[in-house]
Amino acid sequence: MTEALNVGLALVILALALWTVVARDTFAAVVGFVAYGLLLTLVWVQLRGIDVALTEAALGSGLTGALLIRAAARLRKTESAARAERPGVLTRIVALLAAGCVTAALAVAVLALPDPAPTLAPETADNLAATGVGNPITAVLLAFRAMDTMLEAIVVLFALVGVWSLAPDRAWGGRPGPLQRADPDGILAYLARALPPVGLVVGVYIFWIGADLPGGKFQGATILAAMWLLAVMAGLADAPPVSRTWLRLALVGGPVVFIAVGVAGAAYAGAFLAYPDGLAKPLIKVIEWALLPSLAVTLALILAGVPERTST
Amino acid sequence: MTDAATLFGLCAAALVGIGVYALIVNPQPLRKIVAFNVVGNGVFVLFGAIAHRGAGAGWGGDPVPQALLITGLVVAFSATALAVTLLLRLFEEAGSATLAPDAPAPAKPDTSDG
Repeated sequence: MTEALNVGLALVILALALWTVVARDTFAAVVGFVAYGLLLTLVWVQLRGIDVALTEAALGSGLTGALLIRAAARLRKTESAARAERPGVLTRIVALLAAGCVTAALAVAVLALPDPAPTLAPETADNLAATGVGNPITAVLLAFRAMDTMLEAIVVLFALVGVWSLAPDRAWGGRPGPLQRADPDGILAYLARALPPVGLVVGVYIFWIGADLPGGKFQGATILAAMWLLAVMAGLADAPPVSRTWLRLALVGGPVVFIAVGVAGAAYAGAFLAYPDGLAKPLIKVIEWALLPSLAVTLALILAGVPERTST
Repeated sequence: MTDAATLFGLCAAALVGIGVYALIVNPQPLRKIVAFNVVGNGVFVLFGAIAHRGAGAGWGGDPVPQALLITGLVVAFSATALAVTLLLRLFEEAGSATLAPDAPAPAKPDTSDG
Protein backbone atom coordinates (compact mmCIF):
# COMPACT_ATOMS: atom_id res chain seq x y z
CA MET A 1 0.00 0.00 0.00
CA THR A 2 2.72 2.45 1.02
CA GLU A 3 4.72 1.28 -1.97
CA ALA A 4 1.87 2.10 -4.35
CA LEU A 5 1.58 5.55 -2.75
CA ASN A 6 5.33 6.09 -3.16
CA VAL A 7 5.21 5.13 -6.84
CA GLY A 8 2.26 7.49 -7.34
CA LEU A 9 4.11 10.28 -5.53
CA ALA A 10 7.22 9.79 -7.68
CA LEU A 11 5.12 9.85 -10.87
CA VAL A 12 3.25 13.04 -9.90
CA ILE A 13 6.55 14.73 -9.03
CA LEU A 14 8.11 13.77 -12.35
CA ALA A 15 4.98 14.98 -14.18
CA LEU A 16 5.13 18.35 -12.38
CA ALA A 17 8.86 18.66 -13.10
CA LEU A 18 8.09 18.04 -16.79
CA TRP A 19 5.35 20.66 -16.55
CA THR A 20 7.89 23.28 -15.46
CA VAL A 21 9.78 22.46 -18.69
CA VAL A 22 6.96 22.32 -21.23
CA ALA A 23 4.54 24.96 -19.91
CA ARG A 24 4.42 27.87 -22.39
CA ASP A 25 3.71 30.49 -19.74
CA THR A 26 6.53 31.06 -17.23
CA PHE A 27 4.05 32.01 -14.51
CA ALA A 28 2.25 28.67 -14.95
CA ALA A 29 5.60 26.85 -14.88
CA VAL A 30 6.58 28.56 -11.63
CA VAL A 31 3.25 27.76 -9.98
CA GLY A 32 3.83 24.14 -11.02
CA PHE A 33 7.26 24.34 -9.40
CA VAL A 34 5.73 25.43 -6.07
CA ALA A 35 3.28 22.51 -6.11
CA TYR A 36 6.18 20.21 -6.98
CA GLY A 37 8.18 21.59 -4.03
CA LEU A 38 5.32 20.85 -1.63
CA LEU A 39 5.12 17.27 -2.91
CA LEU A 40 8.88 16.91 -2.45
CA THR A 41 8.15 17.55 1.23
CA LEU A 42 6.23 14.26 1.24
CA VAL A 43 9.23 12.51 -0.35
CA TRP A 44 11.37 13.76 2.54
CA VAL A 45 8.83 12.35 4.99
CA GLN A 46 8.96 9.01 3.18
CA LEU A 47 12.76 9.10 3.34
CA ARG A 48 12.43 9.74 7.11
CA GLY A 49 14.04 13.16 6.98
CA ILE A 50 11.45 15.19 8.90
CA ASP A 51 13.89 18.05 9.53
CA VAL A 52 14.65 18.19 5.82
CA ALA A 53 10.92 18.07 5.03
CA LEU A 54 10.31 21.12 7.23
CA THR A 55 13.16 22.99 5.52
CA GLU A 56 11.91 22.01 2.07
CA ALA A 57 8.37 23.17 2.86
CA ALA A 58 9.48 26.49 4.36
CA LEU A 59 12.48 27.42 2.21
CA GLY A 60 12.64 25.18 -0.85
CA SER A 61 9.01 25.52 -1.77
CA GLY A 62 7.75 28.48 0.28
CA LEU A 63 10.30 31.28 0.08
CA THR A 64 11.81 30.13 -3.26
CA GLY A 65 8.28 29.91 -4.66
CA ALA A 66 7.40 33.44 -3.52
CA LEU A 67 10.65 34.71 -5.06
CA LEU A 68 10.06 32.99 -8.41
CA ILE A 69 6.38 33.94 -8.63
CA ARG A 70 7.18 37.61 -8.05
CA ALA A 71 9.98 37.48 -10.64
CA ALA A 72 7.69 35.77 -13.17
CA ALA A 73 5.05 38.45 -12.65
CA ARG A 74 7.61 41.23 -13.14
CA LEU A 75 9.10 39.61 -16.26
CA ARG A 76 5.76 38.99 -17.92
CA LYS A 77 6.48 41.57 -20.63
CA THR A 78 9.47 39.58 -21.86
CA GLU A 79 7.41 36.43 -22.52
CA SER A 80 6.51 37.07 -26.16
CA ALA A 81 10.07 38.08 -27.10
CA ALA A 82 11.47 34.96 -25.46
CA ARG A 83 9.13 32.68 -27.38
CA ALA A 84 10.74 33.87 -30.61
CA GLU A 85 14.16 32.49 -29.63
CA ARG A 86 13.28 28.82 -29.63
CA PRO A 87 16.23 26.45 -29.83
CA GLY A 88 16.78 24.42 -33.00
CA VAL A 89 16.10 20.71 -33.41
CA LEU A 90 19.80 19.92 -33.11
CA THR A 91 20.02 21.67 -29.72
CA ARG A 92 17.01 19.71 -28.52
CA ILE A 93 18.49 16.39 -29.61
CA VAL A 94 21.84 17.16 -27.96
CA ALA A 95 20.02 18.28 -24.78
CA LEU A 96 17.96 15.10 -24.78
CA LEU A 97 21.11 12.99 -25.18
CA ALA A 98 22.91 14.87 -22.40
CA ALA A 99 19.92 14.53 -20.07
CA GLY A 100 19.54 10.84 -20.92
CA CYS A 101 23.22 10.14 -20.25
CA VAL A 102 23.15 11.95 -16.88
CA THR A 103 19.97 10.15 -15.79
CA ALA A 104 21.27 6.76 -16.93
CA ALA A 105 24.60 7.25 -15.11
CA LEU A 106 22.81 8.27 -11.91
CA ALA A 107 20.31 5.41 -12.16
CA VAL A 108 23.16 2.89 -12.56
CA ALA A 109 24.84 4.45 -9.51
CA VAL A 110 21.60 4.20 -7.49
CA LEU A 111 21.18 0.52 -8.37
CA ALA A 112 24.83 -0.22 -7.60
CA LEU A 113 24.92 1.41 -4.16
CA PRO A 114 26.86 -0.71 -1.66
CA ASP A 115 25.00 -2.99 0.71
CA PRO A 116 25.10 -2.61 3.70
CA ALA A 117 25.08 1.15 3.25
CA PRO A 118 27.85 3.14 4.94
CA THR A 119 26.43 5.11 7.85
CA LEU A 120 27.52 7.48 10.57
CA ALA A 121 24.32 6.91 12.58
CA PRO A 122 25.95 4.67 15.26
CA GLU A 123 28.82 7.16 15.76
CA THR A 124 26.30 9.99 16.06
CA ALA A 125 24.27 7.99 18.58
CA ASP A 126 27.40 7.19 20.63
CA ASN A 127 28.41 10.84 20.90
CA LEU A 128 24.94 12.39 21.12
CA ALA A 129 24.97 12.41 24.93
CA ALA A 130 28.07 14.62 24.97
CA THR A 131 26.18 17.42 23.21
CA GLY A 132 23.17 17.36 25.56
CA VAL A 133 20.68 17.76 22.71
CA GLY A 134 18.18 15.04 21.73
CA ASN A 135 17.73 15.76 18.03
CA PRO A 136 20.66 14.14 16.16
CA ILE A 137 20.29 16.63 13.27
CA THR A 138 20.75 19.57 15.65
CA ALA A 139 23.73 17.80 17.20
CA VAL A 140 25.33 17.39 13.75
CA LEU A 141 24.48 20.97 12.72
CA LEU A 142 25.75 22.66 15.87
CA ALA A 143 28.35 20.33 17.32
CA PHE A 144 29.83 17.71 14.98
CA ARG A 145 29.66 19.84 11.83
CA ALA A 146 29.28 23.28 13.38
CA MET A 147 31.78 24.75 10.90
CA ASP A 148 29.37 23.99 8.01
CA THR A 149 26.52 25.72 9.80
CA MET A 150 28.63 28.76 10.60
CA LEU A 151 29.72 29.13 6.99
CA GLU A 152 26.13 28.60 5.88
CA ALA A 153 24.91 31.46 8.07
CA ILE A 154 27.62 33.61 6.49
CA VAL A 155 26.65 32.48 2.97
CA VAL A 156 23.08 33.65 3.61
CA LEU A 157 24.44 37.00 4.80
CA PHE A 158 26.67 37.25 1.69
CA ALA A 159 23.64 36.56 -0.51
CA LEU A 160 21.95 39.57 1.06
CA VAL A 161 25.09 41.68 0.52
CA GLY A 162 25.02 40.54 -3.11
CA VAL A 163 21.35 41.50 -3.47
CA TRP A 164 21.94 44.92 -1.91
CA SER A 165 25.01 45.59 -4.02
CA LEU A 166 22.77 45.51 -7.10
CA ALA A 167 20.96 48.63 -5.91
CA PRO A 168 21.02 51.61 -8.27
CA ASP A 169 23.16 54.43 -6.86
CA ARG A 170 20.26 56.81 -6.26
CA ALA A 171 18.47 54.25 -4.07
CA TRP A 172 21.47 53.08 -2.02
CA GLY A 173 20.55 52.93 1.64
CA GLY A 174 16.87 53.21 0.82
CA ARG A 175 13.93 50.90 1.38
CA PRO A 176 13.89 47.61 -0.56
CA GLY A 177 11.21 46.77 -3.11
CA PRO A 178 8.34 48.83 -4.44
CA LEU A 179 5.84 50.35 -2.01
CA GLN A 180 3.10 47.78 -1.49
CA ARG A 181 -0.50 48.85 -1.51
CA ALA A 182 -3.38 46.47 -0.95
CA ASP A 183 -7.08 46.91 -0.34
CA PRO A 184 -7.23 47.58 3.43
CA ASP A 185 -10.50 45.61 3.63
CA GLY A 186 -9.34 42.86 1.27
CA ILE A 187 -8.57 39.26 2.07
CA LEU A 188 -4.78 39.85 1.93
CA ALA A 189 -4.96 42.56 4.60
CA TYR A 190 -7.25 40.35 6.66
CA LEU A 191 -4.87 37.37 6.47
CA ALA A 192 -1.91 39.64 7.18
CA ARG A 193 -3.63 40.54 10.45
CA ALA A 194 -4.99 37.11 11.34
CA LEU A 195 -2.05 34.84 10.45
CA PRO A 196 1.05 36.46 12.04
CA PRO A 197 0.06 35.76 15.68
CA VAL A 198 -0.37 32.08 14.82
CA GLY A 199 2.69 32.07 12.56
CA LEU A 200 4.89 33.66 15.21
CA VAL A 201 3.90 31.01 17.76
CA VAL A 202 4.45 28.20 15.23
CA GLY A 203 7.82 29.64 14.15
CA VAL A 204 9.11 30.04 17.69
CA TYR A 205 7.73 26.60 18.64
CA ILE A 206 9.54 24.90 15.72
CA PHE A 207 12.70 26.70 16.80
CA TRP A 208 12.19 25.81 20.47
CA ILE A 209 11.64 22.06 20.00
CA GLY A 210 14.55 21.86 17.55
CA ALA A 211 16.94 20.75 20.29
CA ASP A 212 15.10 17.50 20.91
CA LEU A 213 12.60 16.97 18.06
CA PRO A 214 12.51 17.79 14.33
CA GLY A 215 12.70 21.55 13.89
CA GLY A 216 15.29 24.23 14.37
CA LYS A 217 16.42 27.75 13.69
CA PHE A 218 16.37 27.65 9.88
CA GLN A 219 12.79 26.41 9.69
CA GLY A 220 11.63 28.71 12.50
CA ALA A 221 13.41 31.74 11.04
CA THR A 222 11.83 31.09 7.63
CA ILE A 223 8.33 31.08 9.13
CA LEU A 224 9.03 34.28 11.05
CA ALA A 225 10.38 35.91 7.87
CA ALA A 226 7.28 34.79 5.93
CA MET A 227 4.96 36.37 8.52
CA TRP A 228 6.76 39.71 8.25
CA LEU A 229 6.71 39.53 4.43
CA LEU A 230 2.96 38.89 4.55
CA ALA A 231 2.46 42.10 6.52
CA VAL A 232 4.70 43.98 4.05
CA MET A 233 2.84 42.62 1.01
CA ALA A 234 -0.48 43.68 2.51
CA GLY A 235 0.89 47.20 3.00
CA LEU A 236 0.50 46.98 6.80
CA ALA A 237 4.24 47.30 7.41
CA ASP A 238 7.10 48.69 5.39
CA ALA A 239 10.60 47.36 4.91
CA PRO A 240 13.15 49.46 6.83
CA PRO A 241 15.81 51.44 4.91
CA VAL A 242 18.84 49.20 4.55
CA SER A 243 21.18 51.85 5.97
CA ARG A 244 19.69 51.59 9.51
CA THR A 245 22.35 50.72 12.09
CA TRP A 246 20.03 48.49 14.17
CA LEU A 247 19.26 46.53 11.02
CA ARG A 248 22.92 45.98 10.23
CA LEU A 249 23.54 44.88 13.83
CA ALA A 250 20.61 42.44 13.68
CA LEU A 251 22.03 40.96 10.46
CA VAL A 252 25.55 40.32 11.72
CA GLY A 253 24.60 39.49 15.34
CA GLY A 254 24.07 35.75 14.81
CA PRO A 255 27.22 35.05 12.78
CA VAL A 256 29.31 37.22 15.16
CA VAL A 257 28.12 35.28 18.22
CA PHE A 258 28.78 32.00 16.37
CA ILE A 259 32.34 33.07 15.50
CA ALA A 260 32.91 34.38 19.05
CA VAL A 261 31.87 31.01 20.52
CA GLY A 262 34.19 29.33 18.01
CA VAL A 263 37.15 31.52 19.01
CA ALA A 264 36.39 30.95 22.70
CA GLY A 265 36.46 27.21 21.95
CA ALA A 266 39.94 27.64 20.46
CA ALA A 267 41.06 29.36 23.65
CA TYR A 268 39.41 27.17 26.29
CA ALA A 269 38.65 23.78 24.67
CA GLY A 270 41.60 23.31 22.38
CA ALA A 271 39.99 23.72 18.96
CA PHE A 272 37.96 26.25 16.97
CA LEU A 273 34.24 25.61 17.66
CA ALA A 274 35.03 22.97 20.30
CA TYR A 275 32.83 23.14 23.39
CA PRO A 276 34.24 22.62 26.91
CA ASP A 277 32.88 19.55 28.72
CA GLY A 278 29.42 20.09 30.15
CA LEU A 279 28.98 23.44 28.42
CA ALA A 280 27.97 22.06 25.01
CA LYS A 281 24.23 22.45 25.41
CA PRO A 282 24.27 26.01 26.86
CA LEU A 283 26.65 27.14 24.11
CA ILE A 284 24.49 25.50 21.42
CA LYS A 285 21.50 27.35 22.90
CA VAL A 286 23.39 30.66 22.82
CA ILE A 287 24.29 30.17 19.14
CA GLU A 288 20.74 29.16 18.22
CA TRP A 289 19.16 32.10 20.05
CA ALA A 290 21.60 34.48 18.37
CA LEU A 291 21.09 32.97 14.91
CA LEU A 292 17.27 32.89 14.93
CA PRO A 293 16.65 36.67 14.68
CA SER A 294 19.61 37.21 12.35
CA LEU A 295 18.44 34.49 9.96
CA ALA A 296 14.83 35.69 10.06
CA VAL A 297 15.84 39.28 9.21
CA THR A 298 18.35 38.15 6.55
CA LEU A 299 15.91 35.81 4.79
CA ALA A 300 13.13 38.41 4.90
CA LEU A 301 15.39 41.10 3.42
CA ILE A 302 16.70 38.77 0.69
CA LEU A 303 13.07 38.30 -0.34
CA ALA A 304 12.32 42.03 -0.04
CA GLY A 305 14.98 42.58 -2.69
CA VAL A 306 17.09 45.44 -3.98
CA PRO A 307 16.75 48.88 -2.35
CA GLU A 308 14.56 50.85 -4.79
CA ARG A 309 13.19 53.80 -2.86
CA THR A 310 15.33 56.58 -1.44
CA SER A 311 14.90 56.80 2.30
CA THR A 312 13.12 59.85 3.62
CA MET B 1 9.88 -5.19 -4.55
CA THR B 2 11.63 -1.87 -4.43
CA ASP B 3 12.27 0.01 -1.22
CA ALA B 4 11.63 3.75 -0.85
CA ALA B 5 15.34 4.61 -1.13
CA THR B 6 15.76 2.92 -4.52
CA LEU B 7 12.44 4.24 -5.85
CA PHE B 8 13.13 7.86 -4.92
CA GLY B 9 16.78 7.48 -5.92
CA LEU B 10 15.65 6.58 -9.45
CA CYS B 11 13.07 9.40 -9.32
CA ALA B 12 15.94 11.76 -8.38
CA ALA B 13 18.02 10.56 -11.35
CA ALA B 14 15.08 11.37 -13.64
CA LEU B 15 14.65 14.81 -12.00
CA VAL B 16 18.31 15.65 -12.70
CA GLY B 17 17.80 14.61 -16.33
CA ILE B 18 14.66 16.75 -16.70
CA GLY B 19 16.49 19.70 -15.17
CA VAL B 20 19.53 19.31 -17.45
CA TYR B 21 17.28 19.18 -20.52
CA ALA B 22 15.34 22.28 -19.43
CA LEU B 23 18.54 24.13 -18.57
CA ILE B 24 19.83 23.68 -22.14
CA VAL B 25 16.58 24.08 -24.07
CA ASN B 26 14.70 26.90 -22.35
CA PRO B 27 15.94 30.29 -23.59
CA GLN B 28 14.47 32.35 -20.73
CA PRO B 29 16.82 32.96 -17.78
CA LEU B 30 14.04 32.56 -15.21
CA ARG B 31 13.18 29.14 -16.68
CA LYS B 32 16.87 28.26 -16.49
CA ILE B 33 16.88 29.19 -12.78
CA VAL B 34 13.85 26.93 -12.22
CA ALA B 35 15.59 24.17 -14.20
CA PHE B 36 18.71 24.57 -12.10
CA ASN B 37 16.55 24.17 -9.00
CA VAL B 38 15.08 20.96 -10.44
CA VAL B 39 18.62 19.62 -10.94
CA GLY B 40 19.39 20.66 -7.36
CA ASN B 41 16.26 18.95 -6.03
CA GLY B 42 17.29 15.79 -7.86
CA VAL B 43 20.73 15.85 -6.26
CA PHE B 44 19.21 16.52 -2.83
CA VAL B 45 16.64 13.70 -3.13
CA LEU B 46 19.40 11.32 -4.26
CA PHE B 47 21.46 12.32 -1.24
CA GLY B 48 18.36 11.90 0.96
CA ALA B 49 17.79 8.41 -0.45
CA ILE B 50 21.39 7.52 0.39
CA ALA B 51 20.85 8.95 3.91
CA HIS B 52 17.74 6.78 4.25
CA ARG B 53 19.73 3.67 3.28
CA GLY B 54 22.14 4.50 6.10
CA ALA B 55 19.38 4.23 8.71
CA GLY B 56 20.63 3.02 12.05
CA ALA B 57 20.67 3.54 15.82
CA GLY B 58 16.88 3.72 15.83
CA TRP B 59 16.69 6.61 13.37
CA GLY B 60 15.08 6.43 9.93
CA GLY B 61 18.12 7.93 8.25
CA ASP B 62 21.75 8.80 8.74
CA PRO B 63 21.60 12.20 10.53
CA VAL B 64 24.91 13.46 9.10
CA PRO B 65 23.83 13.66 5.43
CA GLN B 66 20.39 14.87 6.55
CA ALA B 67 21.97 17.80 8.39
CA LEU B 68 24.14 18.55 5.35
CA LEU B 69 20.94 18.53 3.25
CA ILE B 70 19.46 21.31 5.39
CA THR B 71 22.65 23.31 4.85
CA GLY B 72 22.39 22.56 1.13
CA LEU B 73 18.78 23.70 0.89
CA VAL B 74 19.57 27.00 2.60
CA VAL B 75 22.58 27.64 0.33
CA ALA B 76 20.49 26.72 -2.76
CA PHE B 77 17.87 29.27 -1.69
CA SER B 78 20.57 31.94 -1.28
CA ALA B 79 22.00 31.24 -4.74
CA THR B 80 18.53 31.26 -6.33
CA ALA B 81 17.64 34.55 -4.66
CA LEU B 82 20.86 36.16 -5.90
CA ALA B 83 20.30 34.84 -9.45
CA VAL B 84 16.70 36.09 -9.53
CA THR B 85 17.74 39.52 -8.26
CA LEU B 86 20.49 39.77 -10.89
CA LEU B 87 17.93 38.87 -13.55
CA LEU B 88 15.43 41.49 -12.35
CA ARG B 89 18.15 44.14 -12.39
CA LEU B 90 19.17 43.09 -15.92
CA PHE B 91 15.55 43.50 -16.98
CA GLU B 92 15.35 46.91 -15.31
CA GLU B 93 18.56 48.17 -16.95
CA ALA B 94 18.22 46.62 -20.40
CA GLY B 95 14.44 46.46 -20.75
CA SER B 96 14.65 42.81 -21.75
CA ALA B 97 15.69 39.62 -20.02
CA THR B 98 17.28 37.67 -22.82
CA LEU B 99 20.62 35.90 -22.84
CA ALA B 100 20.93 36.08 -26.64
CA PRO B 101 24.15 37.91 -27.63
CA ASP B 102 22.37 40.10 -30.22
CA ALA B 103 19.60 41.05 -27.84
CA PRO B 104 18.12 44.19 -29.46
CA ALA B 105 16.95 42.23 -32.47
CA PRO B 106 14.93 44.89 -34.39
CA ALA B 107 17.91 46.87 -35.75
CA LYS B 108 19.90 43.89 -36.98
CA PRO B 109 19.50 42.71 -40.57
CA ASP B 110 22.25 40.10 -40.16
CA THR B 111 20.55 36.89 -39.06
CA SER B 112 22.65 33.78 -38.78
CA ASP B 113 20.15 31.04 -38.18
CA GLY B 114 20.99 28.06 -36.09
